[in-house]
Amino acid sequence: MNRNVIRIHPQDNVAVAVVSIARGDSVTGADMEVLPAVTDIPRHHKVAVAHIASDAPIVKYGEVIARARTAIRAGEWVHTHNIIA
Amino acid sequence: MDFLGYRRKNGAVGTRNHVLVMSSVSCANGVVQAIGRELPDVKIITHTEGCGRATADVLIARRTLAGLGRNPNVAAVLLVGLGCESIKVDGLAEAIGEVDKPVETIVIQDAGGSVKATAAGIGIARRMLVAAAQQRREPCPLSELTVGMECGGSDALSGLTANCLVGAVADWLVAAGATVILSETTEMIGTEKILAKRAADPRLASEIVDLIQGQRRRTEELLGERAGMVISPGNMDGGLSTITEKSMGCIVKGGTTPIQELVAYGQTPSKKGLVLMDTPGSDIFSLTGMAAGGSQLMLFTTGRGTPAGFPTVPVVKIASNSRLYANMTDDMDFDAGTLIEGRALGDAGEELIGLVQAVAAGQVTKAERNGQEMVAIHTTGPAF
Repeated sequence: MNRNVIRIHPQDNVAVAVVSIARGDSVTGADMEVLPAVTDIPRHHKVAVAHIASDAPIVKYGEVIARARTAIRAGEWVHTHNIIA
Repeated sequence: MDFLGYRRKNGAVGTRNHVLVMSSVSCANGVVQAIGRELPDVKIITHTEGCGRATADVLIARRTLAGLGRNPNVAAVLLVGLGCESIKVDGLAEAIGEVDKPVETIVIQDAGGSVKATAAGIGIARRMLVAAAQQRREPCPLSELTVGMECGGSDALSGLTANCLVGAVADWLVAAGATVILSETTEMIGTEKILAKRAADPRLASEIVDLIQGQRRRTEELLGERAGMVISPGNMDGGLSTITEKSMGCIVKGGTTPIQELVAYGQTPSKKGLVLMDTPGSDIFSLTGMAAGGSQLMLFTTGRGTPAGFPTVPVVKIASNSRLYANMTDDMDFDAGTLIEGRALGDAGEELIGLVQAVAAGQVTKAERNGQEMVAIHTTGPAF
């Protein structure tokens, strides 16, 4: 299975899609469990690799880059519609 | 670990052995260029500073020009002045001479005009070239290196591939005892707390926060309320959601080691390890500041593709994606796009480290081969 996301840091709860991922496709990256995409994920956008509670930190590069505006499911597209600075 | 470099009298090590002909004021640029036309082996630096500026900017320009002359890649310096400017060649020569390298000066008004000044300059520079050619490379520790990190013409992949790769190289360089300069204060907006907690001591942490917040305020004043709060639509389309996320993609170039020092634009670090320099994000200004701060080599990541280089410092160009690497292959030294295809970061990092060592030992970069030699000094106020 070719990987279609890159998780930059082991603590990250989001990964970056290197290709467009359709809902139902497998989200596959190095050193992470395969999970199904529950939404479409545009190329180069973020996907949650674990369940993220509302107001919980979004971690990328091992650092907090934003907070969740709502609960975000594993495999869901993560962008300005569901996270805030 | 060693590389083959040019050991200078003061102990510093160059990755190059250039004779530099540099103006002290823009009025002397023509003579500098004329000397450069006659002697293609010299490197020339011309600029728009040297006169008609407020005191703060005179100090920045003087520090930057002195730093460019002191850079260990420079074997000898010929300074060309006009005579009535505020940044005089004598003061610059003294500052450069502190590092014990040959410095000579020409003043156009004293020499009897530009033709005579050019002729005299060609004679001096020719002798400097002959003398510099006597010096040989010798094994020098990597800890003598100062490497500047830059990104420009970024794309959605810059923060995912090239900058992560350069960050890994930064950590490796710091582990080898070298100095790494992370610059581009504008690109740090939103990461002040993240950088502050990596500062070596609390005072430095508060300096970092003040610097970045000051830059945020200036950016907001000049660009309106959009600045700092909202990212440009291009970035949004590219998948970046917050300014902190965008800026993390930039500062990841500095790696993960503690921040040892914060230096002003063009100032030489006094510490080894990771150092921040206050420069604008605009590429040529930033490269010039880091070269003046003593960088003997610079790593430059790009996603859209830029040919930029620097006269006296090799600039290694790292493409964030393989399409750019193929499209601008004459300008790109390394393809970080292979990370997208599944190549491991550690594997690509080892190859880039090998390239850095080869370039430090003399391998010519694409920007050097193409004669990409641009200089821009970052002053802050108007000309008078």
